[in-house]
Amino acid sequence: MIHSLFLINASGDIFLEKHWKSVVSRSVCDYFFEAQERATEPENVPPVIPTPHHYLISVLRHRIYFVAVIQSEVPPLFVIEFLHRVVDTFQDYFGVCTEAAIKDNVVVVYELLEEMLDNGFPLATESNILKELIKPPTILRTMVNTITGSTNVGEQLPTGQLSVVPWRRTGVKYTNNEAYFDVVEEIDAIIDKSGSTITAEIQGVIDACVKLTGMPDLTLSFMNPRLLDDVSFHPCVRFKRWEAERILSFIPPDGNFRLLSYHVSSQNLVAIPVYIKHNITFREGSSQGRFDLTLGPKQTMGKAVESVLVSSQLPRGVLNANLNPSQGTYTFDPVTKMLSWDVGKINPQKLPSLKGTMSLQAGASKPDENPTINIQLKIQQMAISGLKVNRLDMYGEKYKPFKGIKYMTKAGKFQVRT
Amino acid sequence: MSANSAFNDEKGGSSSVGEPEYGHDPASGGIFSSDYKRHDDLKEMLDSNKDSLKLEAMKRIVAMIARGKNTSDLFPAVVKNVACKNIEVKKLVYVYLVRYAEEQQDLALLSISTFQRGLKDPNQLIRASALRVLSSIRVTIIVPIMMLAIKEAASDMSPYVRKTAAHAIPKLYSLDPEQKDQLIEVIEKLLADKTTLVAGSVVMAFEEVCPERIDLIHKNYRKLCNLLIDVEEWGQVVIINMLTRYARTQFLNPNMNESLLEEGSDKTFYGSDEDEDEEEEEEKDKKAEAPAMAKRKPYVMDPDHRLLLRNTKPLLQSRNAAVVMAVAQLYFHLAPKAEVGVIAKALVRLLRSHSEVQYVVLQNVATMSIKRRGMFEPYLKSFYIRSTDPTQIKVLKLEVLTNLANETNISTILREFQTYIKSMDKDFVAATIQAIGRCATNIGEVRDTCLNGLVQLLSNRDELVVAESVVVIKKLLQMQPEKHSDIIKHMAKLTDNIQVPMARASILWLIGEYCEHVPKIAPDVLRKMAKSFTNEEDIVKLQIINLAAKLYLTNSKQTKLLTQYVLNLAKYDQNYDIRDRARFIRQLIVPTEKSGALSKYAKKLFLALKPAPVLESPFKDRDHFQLGSLSHLLNAKAGGYQELPDWPEAAPDPSVRNVEVKDSVPEWTKCSSREKRKEKKVEKPFYSDSEGESGPTESADSESDSASGSESGSGIEESGSGSESEESEEGSESEEEEEEEKEKDKKKKKKELKKPVQESESEQSSEEEERKHERKSKQRKSESESESDEEEDSESESSQTESEDSESEAEVKKKKKAAESKPPSKPVKKDNKKEKKEMSLLDLDDFEPAPSPQATPVNSFLSNSLATDLEGLSLSDAVLSPATISPSSALKSYEMLHRITGEGLSVEYCFSRQPFSPDANMVAVQMQFTNNATSDTKNLHMEDVKLQSGMRVKEFPEIELLPAGEMVTAVMGIDFCDSTQAANFQLCTHTRKFFVSIQPPVGELMRPVFLTENEFKKEQEKLLLGQLMGMNEITEKITLDVKCRNEHSIVQRVITAANLSRVPCGSDKECSPPVPPPDHPVHRFAGRTVTSSSLVLVTVATKEEGAAKLTINCEKMVIGTMLVKDILLALTQ
Repeated sequence: MIHSLFLINASGDIFLEKHWKSVVSRSVCDYFFEAQERATEPENVPPVIPTPHHYLISVLRHRIYFVAVIQSEVPPLFVIEFLHRVVDTFQDYFGVCTEAAIKDNVVVVYELLEEMLDNGFPLATESNILKELIKPPTILRTMVNTITGSTNVGEQLPTGQLSVVPWRRTGVKYTNNEAYFDVVEEIDAIIDKSGSTITAEIQGVIDACVKLTGMPDLTLSFMNPRLLDDVSFHPCVRFKRWEAERILSFIPPDGNFRLLSYHVSSQNLVAIPVYIKHNITFREGSSQGRFDLTLGPKQTMGKAVESVLVSSQLPRGVLNANLNPSQGTYTFDPVTKMLSWDVGKINPQKLPSLKGTMSLQAGASKPDENPTINIQLKIQQMAISGLKVNRLDMYGEKYKPFKGIKYMTKAGKFQVRT
Repeated sequence: MSANSAFNDEKGGSSSVGEPEYGHDPASGGIFSSDYKRHDDLKEMLDSNKDSLKLEAMKRIVAMIARGKNTSDLFPAVVKNVACKNIEVKKLVYVYLVRYAEEQQDLALLSISTFQRGLKDPNQLIRASALRVLSSIRVTIIVPIMMLAIKEAASDMSPYVRKTAAHAIPKLYSLDPEQKDQLIEVIEKLLADKTTLVAGSVVMAFEEVCPERIDLIHKNYRKLCNLLIDVEEWGQVVIINMLTRYARTQFLNPNMNESLLEEGSDKTFYGSDEDEDEEEEEEKDKKAEAPAMAKRKPYVMDPDHRLLLRNTKPLLQSRNAAVVMAVAQLYFHLAPKAEVGVIAKALVRLLRSHSEVQYVVLQNVATMSIKRRGMFEPYLKSFYIRSTDPTQIKVLKLEVLTNLANETNISTILREFQTYIKSMDKDFVAATIQAIGRCATNIGEVRDTCLNGLVQLLSNRDELVVAESVVVIKKLLQMQPEKHSDIIKHMAKLTDNIQVPMARASILWLIGEYCEHVPKIAPDVLRKMAKSFTNEEDIVKLQIINLAAKLYLTNSKQTKLLTQYVLNLAKYDQNYDIRDRARFIRQLIVPTEKSGALSKYAKKLFLALKPAPVLESPFKDRDHFQLGSLSHLLNAKAGGYQELPDWPEAAPDPSVRNVEVKDSVPEWTKCSSREKRKEKKVEKPFYSDSEGESGPTESADSESDSASGSESGSGIEESGSGSESEESEEGSESEEEEEEEKEKDKKKKKKELKKPVQESESEQSSEEEERKHERKSKQRKSESESESDEEEDSESESSQTESEDSESEAEVKKKKKAAESKPPSKPVKKDNKKEKKEMSLLDLDDFEPAPSPQATPVNSFLSNSLATDLEGLSLSDAVLSPATISPSSALKSYEMLHRITGEGLSVEYCFSRQPFSPDANMVAVQMQFTNNATSDTKNLHMEDVKLQSGMRVKEFPEIELLPAGEMVTAVMGIDFCDSTQAANFQLCTHTRKFFVSIQPPVGELMRPVFLTENEFKKEQEKLLLGQLMGMNEITEKITLDVKCRNEHSIVQRVITAANLSRVPCGSDKECSPPVPPPDHPVHRFAGRTVTSSSLVLVTVATKEEGAAKLTINCEKMVIGTMLVKDILLALTQ
């Protein structure tokens, strides 16, 4: 399946290579570089590139291309999903997945890759199993290892490999038993010029951080499970139970994991938390354009809208922008023509606005396209769909865990067309 | 430069800190200059006897390998350390070895013996990694060793090692394809493996080595389907893809009947692109044998086909996009049209994922949306484009939107397109214009609107936009040129401005083609073009020649000279194509003496009516590739792609998938293992499917029965729990079915079955006895019947079973809850026992029930007293009417061992209805042993108790001596776990063993509890309004037996049938609702199940003329339904 893996940084250097079958010359990446050159944007490199003898399947994460070399038919998603899993594992191990982090831990990276794939076929991708095989590097452990001569590599087969719950190892112990769940919802919306909603939907996830001793068996129930239209689960969730009772029943993995992601049924109207008044105009014949933007809260159920960030790709003709924000700061990059305005919190009494002029290339005709405005925002302590966790129960263990649930709403792909 | 980098390497090859030369292209590194020096110190470190130094050296070497540097000269030094004790060093040496072994084969052989030793290591991880490395060393000489190692590992105890063996198979195959036959044997063996760990890997090996040997799958098909849900995600992908292919060879096309029905109407309804090639072919066949087809029996889906669809469906919820895609393609290729829709939602969900995932998914959606447009229509808005999407995603979304466009949604789609046209991304704008063109060709109503819109775009400032519009307009105009001469005129003007060659060429072609519609302008355009001819691009030049030729033919007066001029220019053009074309056209159109017959037809040649082009989706017909595959994505066959076969005309023999059951299991063990699973599920219910029919699973069931049996023996692993829970459902389901069957066939069977029963029972044929036997045999029969019936019934029943499943789930949950709530109640009970004597003595007189039935002396006394105890305790402050106490019943005794089969020893048992003192959760069974033989029987005891998990037995104490003619009683306790499954054991005497079983009637599985009427109603309400409304109540209308229309007999009969206590009614003061009229009294009874203490509430409401309504409320559906039947029987006969 996966023959080799090359890691390529933004400047086009191959800084790591790993082969699982026979060695493939790194010159195969030339085809990739060709495609990279053709693409105007980094993310426009096609994920699958055929070459005379191989196929290159790549993903771009953290400005690193992970290029897998394939020799024969394989489902492309299989490879893509695996590569993303590799990145997730690196992130899990090193905190960040950057070129520097990978180079610093090149041996651990190699050991990981060796365990994750055998002959190009995934072997152990569950982070709990991997962590038993190869301990994540910490400063303390490195020091202990140099003194005692012990290693980062486990000698026993991880218990998870053979168990029916491969995601959880046995013998977990904590002094403080805690289970935290974050319900995070994202609003994806397209708002048209006049402010009416073209499409809006809510996607949510429940991320968990569970630090519980032993083999706890948790059940999580919702007040209004009918809201959830389409769900995908971590493998630990008992699907049958969900189908029958709309209850999440699971033996959790140890540590952080994504319990479930869901889509809120489209029948429900989506509350749009903010509105934008905009007036972006270019006049024919003049080298000036007007830019006028006002933000306001809408349907927030009394919660504050925080961390608002407005960004917009201005037309190529715009040379510079001279704007005046009523709050926050704005930046305009004259090279990429990207305008971003860090608004912060919206005060309903005094609505934030950004006003001013844009200077255009002299003599150029007015751009006929208007920029779209992307908005990021956060609303704490509220799930916009109204989803509420009813209760969390633990079975199978005697102690009483500390339980916490947090709600948050964010803007996902939230766009306003102007 | 080179020396510099080498120096750096020397200093800090280790992995601790980021080094400046990392980003450096290693190929240009100074390998030559200071190679020896650098590697010398590494060699030294490797040769030292300190592990830490070795580790350091290996880390540096691995870091060099990672950067692609050549370290092959270190091979001898490294390979020495292959036997190093330090596991990390060892691992890194393995990494090195695998990388360089192919280059240094001779030296690599030195390491082989270490691996051979490793293969025998007691640690499974070491065995596995030894095999992994050994098989990764690509040295042809060791092929026999590898073969041997793989064979051995394939029968290793550890499933992990077996998995590694499966991984090694394709490695060996790629090294030496000659080994194929032997490897197939190993694959065959591993395919039979029942662990989920191995399944994915071995199917992968199968796909790489022998994908054509589909026959190997037959025997494992059902097992794979059942295990699937518990296989790790990567294995799932491989298995699903393989099973898709398998199903295409083994089952019939589920849509063939539809295509037969829709044959005529299909086209008119859905337009031509809806037709499938296969169908067309089929249709041809059909026309040939139409009468025969009409007679063909309707399509029935193979139960195995259904099994596959059912077991893969939950995987649509997987977090792994590859799994979701695999299931989606399986449904697309295999499912009946009506069911394919379920995948749309999941695929749309994937669009939220990383852009690479989106890219692949959209490609597949694009293909699917051509064939099954309706499937994605509800999700139209999910394909709307955001300005932040990468261009390739935008273009694909556009493709999908275009495919989804129809008369109803075209206006919204066009409105969306309008905003897209204003985008800054010009490639995307161009794609949008083409999409508009396609919509216009496909949907006649909007053609004019689109055309007008496109014409407006002609005045766009962006040249690319204009050019693209021209090309699209040209295609549209070709459809109805007469109407649009003004557009052609407008476009003619554009030639002055547009520079894009393709657009210019298109305009020229248009003018040439429709020069009759613009007779005045055309010559003028030609004039202009002739002027700029030399500066044009090649395609434009060709079109100028074309235009000239056409004008010459239609309007030779005005254009003769111009044409001559153009042709002369072309004659000396640099491009030979243009020169050739010019020569050819001159010969054709300009009549000379030499010109042959052809020139007469020049007009026909040039001005023939040309059919309008069809704007097609590039994704049309891409689905002949298996969706989700690399080949589909590239629209070209990738190496190793396995063609998706067409459906067979007639299904191959389905019996090949039958697996013979190794040890034939008697009926009861089958039940018991099901029950066992059910119990297990309480702890670990994993994914399993919700709808069900059980044609194939019936046999698959028994197959994995033996599997779990053999594997639980080894104790290392559990077999797939998915299949287990799955089957447990089957269990419960068939239980339900049994009951249904029972009801249906009750009358029929009664007559048939009575006979044999009566034969065996010559002496005691009391009514109860008969009934019980009847039930038993009925159950057996209905079970076997239901198996055969299932195939037909399955479809209709699936919906029903779904609800039943959910109910059983609820049961499980409640069991848990009940179990939790139980402990506190225990101490109370114990207290009861202590006080028992005084209490009963005191209270018996007070609370003596009015209808006191005759009872077997000992038992009735005890059970009665318990009931009173409980009541006395719980109601110490309540006022009781004398009629509130549960009257004890006459005990039925059942035969356990007949004296003839028992060779003189006969045993009867009855349920004494008294608490079993050693364990309150057990039902007390009183046994009466009678020795009818002439000799004494000694050492009576029980052995070999066979129970479902969860059930427990407290054996009776051994009876040492039973003299001839004597009788002795003993009491044992059985915890039936609230099921009516029999407890089987052997009854042993000093000479013989008898197989006997005790099966409780459902009424004995409960103990009476005391409730007041109010409490009763509250509980009843609770049950009714609980989680599954209405599921907990069973109501039956009955006509009471003539003899039992008074209160007394009703109470007595109910209490005989079930161990319940009567709820006082009517006279109670606290009773808030009005007292029911005395002539139609309502009788209430209450009890709890013994094991899980679920409430059982029985209400008999009498009406006039012996009519009555029997209502039972119980969380346990099964108990409830069985109880209804028993009480019904008791009251009506």
